[in-house]
Parts: sequence; C-alpha cells; structure tokens
Amino acid sequence: METLKAIAASPGIAIGPVFLLNAKHIKTIKRKIDKEDVKTEKERFERAVSRVEKQLRKLISELPEEIKEHSNILKSHILMLRDKMVYDKGIGFIEEKRVNAEWALELVLNEIKGLFSRVKDEYIRERLEDIGFVVNKVKAVLAGTETRLDFSSVEEPVIIVARNLSPADTLHISKEKVLGFVTELGSRTSHTAILARSLGIPAVVGLEGVTSRCLSGETMIVDGLKGQVIIEPDEATLSEYRQRQENYLKYRLEVIHNSNLPAETTDGYRIKVMANMELVEEIPIVIQHGAEGVGLFRTEFLYMTSKTLPTEDQLFLAYKEVVERLKPHPVTIRTLDIGGDKLASDLCCEEEINPALGLRAIRFCLHEKGLFRAQLRAILRASVFGDLRLLFPMVSGKGEMIQVKRLLGQIMDELEKEGKDFNRDIKTGIMIEVPTAVLTADILAREADFFSIGTNDLIQYSLAIDRVNEAVCHLYEPLHPGVLRMIKMTVDSGHRENIEVGMCGEMAGEPLYVPILLGMGLDELSMNAMAIPKIKKIIRQSNQEECASFVSELLGLESANQVKDKVVEFFRENYPPDMETTDFLEFDLSLT
Amino acid sequence: MKAEKRVTILNRLGLHARPASRFAQTASTFESDIWVEKDGVSVDGKSILEVLTVSCPSGTEITIRAEGPDAREAVETLTGLVTERFGEID
Repeated sequence: METLKAIAASPGIAIGPVFLLNAKHIKTIKRKIDKEDVKTEKERFERAVSRVEKQLRKLISELPEEIKEHSNILKSHILMLRDKMVYDKGIGFIEEKRVNAEWALELVLNEIKGLFSRVKDEYIRERLEDIGFVVNKVKAVLAGTETRLDFSSVEEPVIIVARNLSPADTLHISKEKVLGFVTELGSRTSHTAILARSLGIPAVVGLEGVTSRCLSGETMIVDGLKGQVIIEPDEATLSEYRQRQENYLKYRLEVIHNSNLPAETTDGYRIKVMANMELVEEIPIVIQHGAEGVGLFRTEFLYMTSKTLPTEDQLFLAYKEVVERLKPHPVTIRTLDIGGDKLASDLCCEEEINPALGLRAIRFCLHEKGLFRAQLRAILRASVFGDLRLLFPMVSGKGEMIQVKRLLGQIMDELEKEGKDFNRDIKTGIMIEVPTAVLTADILAREADFFSIGTNDLIQYSLAIDRVNEAVCHLYEPLHPGVLRMIKMTVDSGHRENIEVGMCGEMAGEPLYVPILLGMGLDELSMNAMAIPKIKKIIRQSNQEECASFVSELLGLESANQVKDKVVEFFRENYPPDMETTDFLEFDLSLT
Repeated sequence: MKAEKRVTILNRLGLHARPASRFAQTASTFESDIWVEKDGVSVDGKSILEVLTVSCPSGTEITIRAEGPDAREAVETLTGLVTERFGEID
C-alpha cells in the first residue's frame, strides 16, 4: 500500500483497477538505482511479471474451443516468464548491478540471446522470438504501454492513470468505463480537470511519478476530495474508503435535494447561478443540480472529435437540441475558443511557438471566416428554439467587436434573404479574459449586451502564468489584489453602461470566493454544475451588504496571502460551522 | 534420494518448444531437483529455456537425473514422457 498526495481536481471517491495509459515518449529507460531502492524495484519487477502471468492465464481461459490448441504456446510463455533464466536472473541483476527492472530485463534477454545463438537447431533458435515476446510484455507493463488503442477492449470500469491526458484523449473516454482519473501533469483548471468535474468523475492531478508507481490491474483508490491516491490499499483502508464513498454519495444526494431553492441572500439580493457545459450528455446533470440556465456552453468538442470540420447543419442540430432541452432557461453559447491547450489536431496547420498568445478564439475565427460563418449561421438558426445568447471569447478591444458585429450583421441579412428563421435581437456578450478588455471595459460595454468574466485566462494573462506549467502554477493566484481589482473594474464598468456582468471561470464555483463575488456585485455566476447546490447554499446564508463592505476592505490589501487569510477568517466567522465539515468536503482549503 | 535414467529422444523434431515446455512443466511439479544431461553438459530440467538450449534433436541420448524426496517418481514420469514422444503424433 502506498499513499500519494497531489491536487484534488474533481470531487468524489473512486475505487477500482488501474489502467495505465502510456504517453508515447516512454521508452525503455535504463536507470541505475540506489541501494535502498533495490527492494522496491524487485517488487516492481515481481508485480509486472505477475501481471503478465495473470494476463496470459486469463487469455488461456478465454480461448474459444476451436483454438484451444494454441494454449500450449501461451503455457510455454508462462513457463518462460517464471523461468529462472528470466525471473531469478532479472531479480539478480536488479540486486547485483543496481539497475532498474527494465534494464534488468534487457540484460536477461541479451544473455539468453547469447545462449541461443550457439544452438544449432534452427527451430529452437527461433524460440528466442517467444522469449522476446514475453520479455516485451513485461516491459510494456512496466512502462504502462497498454496503450490507448487497447482501451476499447477494457470491459470492467477502470481508473485511468496517465502522464497527461489531452482533451482529445478524454473525449474518447466513456463514463461507464472510467471510474476516475489520475495524471502526472495538470492543475485544477486544466482541461482534463474541468472535464472530470463536469462528468462527475473523481480526479487527482499533478501527481508526479504516479505512472511508474503503479501497474495496470492493481487496485487504486482515488480520493478526489483530499487529492489522495492509494495504490494497492489493504483491507482496512479499502473498507474505510467504501464507507467514505457511501457517505459522500449520501451527502451529494442531500445537496442535490435542496438544489432548486433560490440563490437569494438574507438581505434579498438575487444572483443568477448558471452552469458551464460542453456535452449534450451533461444536460440532465445541469438540470438536476438546479442551474438557472447555461452561462457558458463550450462549442469546441464538435470540432475536436472529428478530423473534418462539422457542417453548418450538424452544428445547428446540436445547438438546437441543447437550447430546446434547456428551454425556458437561457443558454449562452461561446463561439469557437480553440487554441492554447485545447488545440484541435487538424484545424490549425501552423505550429505556434506560443499558442496561448497565438491565433486562437476570436482571432482564429476572424481569420478562418468560412468556419466562423458556418458556426454563427448555425447559432442564429438555433436561436428561435429557445433563449440563446452569443458570447465571444478573447476579445482584446473594440476593433475586434466591430468586425464581429459587421460579420454578424451580414450573416443575418443572408439568412433573411434565404428565408431562414432566426432571432435578430439575440443578445451578444463579450468574454472578459484579456487584461486590455478589462481596462477598456467601459468602451466594450457599449458594444455588447453583457459581459462574462473568464477568470482562468484572465488570471493566466494578467499574472503571466501558464496554468499547466507545474513550475509556476503555484503563482496562479485568483486572490491576487490585481485580479480582484480587475474583476471589480469590469463589474463597475458594465454596470455604468447598464449591462449585466457575470463570471464563468472556475473562480465562480469556488465556495470560498462566494462572499467576494457577491460583494463585487456580479449578476450571474456560471460554474460546473456539480458546484451549484453548494454555492447556492452559501449564497442563501450570505448578506450581500456585508459582503460588499468586506470587499472594500479586501481591495485595500496588498498581497494574495493577506487576502486569503482574510477570506478564510471571514468565512469561519460568518458561516455556520457545518460549512467547514461538509461544504469544504469537496476541496482542500490549502489548495485554494 | 537419487535416481537417474538414460533415454533416447524419439520425436521427429527433437526436444523442441512444445516438448521442452511439457518437460519443464512436468518437472516443476516435483519437489526434487532435476537435471537433463547431454554430452556431459547438465542443465536444470525445470527451466524451459535451459532445456531448449541443450538442443536435443531426434535420436539424442539424454540422462534424466533427480535428487530429492520424490526423485524416483520424477525420473520415471519424465522418462515416460520422453519415450511416449510427449503424447504427440509427429
């Protein structure tokens, strides 16, 4: 049993077998090991061998009657695996030469090759191939090369362990087959984490070295509440976690039960609580968790799942379904926000040195007019089936909005000529996530019907922090005084022009930040659906006026740490003590 | 206890993969240590790889030797396997 701790990325508890997804670059790594690591390495070797043996036995037992004959070959493979020239020698090499298991296997194979080369019988010499096969199978288990191709063959639900999961990888993962995620890279705001949360799959990310510490098939507990991972738990730990899993599910049920109560503060301030979503499959989750609509509907998935671009009709049907099923609730649809860590493989042809600052989102759309046109036409056509709103990402100033509105006007005229129905008064919004958009929010407010603050990118661009870079991600501080000021500035600028200002970044779904966001005077919070019931509960226990004066106090502070201390203190003083035990259940305070 | 017996390999292909596999597998079921000796070279009878490397084409004479509590039984069973051509029709 081994317990590892990293970042809690998606709440919940998963217990099940590991499925190690290999990153392409993992090759046989030859490594000298320290004396004190010999035991662990020998165990690792033994586990890999056992794993292959189990796989072979399983294969034998599953052979259909007509090819049962072939089981002899597989049986001889098991013998080879446990042969003293492979197994005992391998263990011996690890101990004597202080090499890692992979290297020991290489030495084993070389030695056997030497012996076999002296055999005159060609037929027997060919058996070397079988030994190579067996050794490679062990190596594959050690390296976790049960690749993504094999994933389709997985029958029982698994816990995916990988170095990193690209958004495209996660797309192919079905909820029925995946109990949890564990990755070496990533942070709470990386795409995988967001996806895991929206699917309600427990996840732990940023766990360096996890892919070399467990093997496919081993039992793992993923504690997405505490950010803990337990490999090969003992019986006591297992039963403790089964109990915790049950408690958590009970807690979730209770929370959901109360989720439709309004989000109104004790002094009568109403704030809209909406959901972020990207898959049609999430609609039931959105409704069940008491969302008053969708504040952010991400549209990248249809562009990422297929090698070819989706057609206007495909997009139209998808948008129509979402807006119809969520009717009468509003759905805010964000136009294509591709680029940075959300790259679509075939869409962008040029490799960019700095994609986060490159051709993405609205810039990309204005560059690829044909693509943008198809999406806008699809959205407009779907707009008559419910309350659909448009949101443009990554706008950096008025110039882009002028271009967007001109194009939108042209498309409306086109549709009118074609006799196609659409809502000419569709509300258009600007996503505030570039620092210059904050600074010119007063100007931008005259070009839009609403603002939505995208905190993930706003924080990243303001603090110059790449949120997936582990070396600097600790500097990603939502409570940085600069960030707070920008939020305040955006809200005030919007309100002066009588437009609504919402927030759709991860910050909006963080319980601890609720008093700040209420105090800032935001009109709408849009978040992962799972967070809604709890956020609503906190809102119901808040007093907006008190929050507002608390915010004025915060704006006078000088560092993120000072702000954080104050916020935690405020929370402890103003909210019932049960908040701490149950409502912080989802996330570790130290990670905020 | 010690036991040993000399036998001739009768299979057409000799002690190739499948017979070697059966040999080692059967040998492994005994507690005694088991050796296969050919031309003065002795290898572990429980190791399929070692048995393969002694390379015994058809007609080769080998000595099966065992030492341990069930040595006699082991030698008898294993020589039986060899003389019955490992139950194979080739």
